[in-house]
Amino acid sequence: MDSPLIELIDVKKSFGPVSVLKGVSLKVFPGKITALVGDNGAGKSTLIKGLAGVQPYDEGEVKFDGQPVALHNPREASRLGIEVVYQDLALCDNLDIVQNMFLGREETTLGTFDEGQMEREASETLRSLSVRTVKSVRQKVSSLSGGQRQTVAIARSVLKSARVVILDEPTAALGVAQTEQVLALVKRLAEKGVGVLMISHNLVDVFQVADYISVLYLGQMVASIETSATTSDDVVGYITGSKTYTGASI
Amino acid sequence: MSTTTTPQTPAPAPTPASDLIGSGQEGGIRDQVSAYLQRVRGGDMGGLPAIAGFVVLCILFTALSPYFLTERNFANLLTQAATLVMLAMALVFVILLGEIDLSAGVTSGVAMSLFVVLSDPGGLNLNWILALLVSLITGIVIGMFIGFFVARVGIPSFVVTLGLFLGFQGLQLIIIGDGGLYRIQQPEILAIQNSNMPDWAGWVMLVVMIAISLATSLLDRRRRTRAGVPNRTIALMWIRLVVIAVIAGIVIALLNQNRGTGFLAVSGVPIVVPITLFILWLGTFILDRTRFGRYLYAVGGNAEAARRAGIKVVGIKWAAFTVCSFLAVVSGVFSASKVGSVDAAFGRDIVLSGVAAAVVGGVSLFGGRGRLIHGAIGALVIAVITNGLGLLNLPGGVNFLVTGGVLILAATIDAVSRVRSGGSLIRR
Repeated sequence: MDSPLIELIDVKKSFGPVSVLKGVSLKVFPGKITALVGDNGAGKSTLIKGLAGVQPYDEGEVKFDGQPVALHNPREASRLGIEVVYQDLALCDNLDIVQNMFLGREETTLGTFDEGQMEREASETLRSLSVRTVKSVRQKVSSLSGGQRQTVAIARSVLKSARVVILDEPTAALGVAQTEQVLALVKRLAEKGVGVLMISHNLVDVFQVADYISVLYLGQMVASIETSATTSDDVVGYITGSKTYTGASI
Repeated sequence: MSTTTTPQTPAPAPTPASDLIGSGQEGGIRDQVSAYLQRVRGGDMGGLPAIAGFVVLCILFTALSPYFLTERNFANLLTQAATLVMLAMALVFVILLGEIDLSAGVTSGVAMSLFVVLSDPGGLNLNWILALLVSLITGIVIGMFIGFFVARVGIPSFVVTLGLFLGFQGLQLIIIGDGGLYRIQQPEILAIQNSNMPDWAGWVMLVVMIAISLATSLLDRRRRTRAGVPNRTIALMWIRLVVIAVIAGIVIALLNQNRGTGFLAVSGVPIVVPITLFILWLGTFILDRTRFGRYLYAVGGNAEAARRAGIKVVGIKWAAFTVCSFLAVVSGVFSASKVGSVDAAFGRDIVLSGVAAAVVGGVSLFGGRGRLIHGAIGALVIAVITNGLGLLNLPGGVNFLVTGGVLILAATIDAVSRVRSGGSLIRR
């Protein structure tokens, strides 16, 4: 097994008296999809906010490529190549696909936009993810379907050599066909060597794409398993706390 | 555009063997025109309704009044409109954010009151250039003040600027003095609206406009070619240049006719026109091609997305209000030049017309949609209503009624086109 790209060791986070993460350990491997599952309030959002640098952890160690790193703000996270695709997508409807993908990091020559260069890179990134549903990279995001928007948001995250992409419920609001498209995209993301951490409530999706499953229960990581070594029923048990995982963690 | 929005279809037929995903720039004139028509049908009409309205109104007034389509009235219309055009362009910067500046008019009032009091030959007699600088800087300071309360403190801009709208009327009264009225005595200021460029300078202006337009088009094409992405067919560029040349050429030729009534020949493009065009060009350049402009649209479209993309939302808002107040003072200079005096009520009534102009031109009050030139076109529509109805000798009330009706009509067109462009989203 490869060495993990990101390793969280015993991270803790509390808000006042409420302890949300009570010593969580997690590994994300390059080229693999790790699913993070758990019921509402288990601490999934807090865990990824720490990784994104938005809400730093109180205690614990974060290793990136085996080296301890500090994640105190979003800039440090993005410098390491950690990108987050949030559930509510964070795209500007009034801008086109290229403009959205480059938002905040436009290519300029002499202080003015190099639209040709940006258009080329956006197009190449989408193509490298085998995106076939987008007809023109210059259409406004307001004209895109939910699946296409998710596609653009994911493509945006890998535009600048991302090494870890964190997806927050990428299929939550999608129909069947669009879910298939997005899951295929997530797989291709991993095939490119990116470490993918995918939060999902949908165990069907999880079992379809994930290599590993990590289950968070009330702020503790109760199971980290290879997908092939477990069943949907067991995972539901871990999520709800009715079953206890006794095997070794990956 | 709308063809790809059909949801729930699995991946469509494999893309043709081209290397890149399309960009809407491929194909000849026919493809481009049909793509444009498709965008318009999809609800992305931009300034089209306002341009159509302007043309219809011009035809209507030409038919109703023998004075409307005369060289003299034409020049008059441009100088009458200049103040509103500049104010509407100022407001576009904040309206793009989904904000509003109700104090833009009185801001120009305060700044111009300072100008006349400082430069009054019978009083402080400050050099007019210094006095003008003071008023422009006053505009910047006021803009930063508004920006502070809106962006930093987080008070809705409607409330902040409403407060200033009330407060600045008092400030203006204090600066000018009760019932006071100062005449503008500097020939340089009066010249902006009342003097014309020599005839040849009008043609030079046309050549410069075409040269700049050609240069930026060619530069864009070179960058796109270097990046290896398709360019629009070059014929479109020539068509655009010819259209600009013909329309601007007709306008300049008309303005270069003698429109004097007495012995003195009056001709040439009013000085205010090149100033306005320059600010329009510069502002459009900044909005379309620089980070500040792009981020303005991004914040107006989805402030949270902009923040997550690392854009300093507070700074962008701050800057937008500063630009707005600064340009509002420029519009105040135009107004003072046209009217020839500044009193305690200067600038009080114009701001809502400015907002109306922006909306009529196709700038969305919800933010994120619209261009600077839309504000300018909307202002021309409102100015042509005022001008044309004035020539018809109708009672003054009719003017307000018609302007209000046009505003609501424009807002309706905007809302309907929104439903059409967003309709597919809602259904999904």
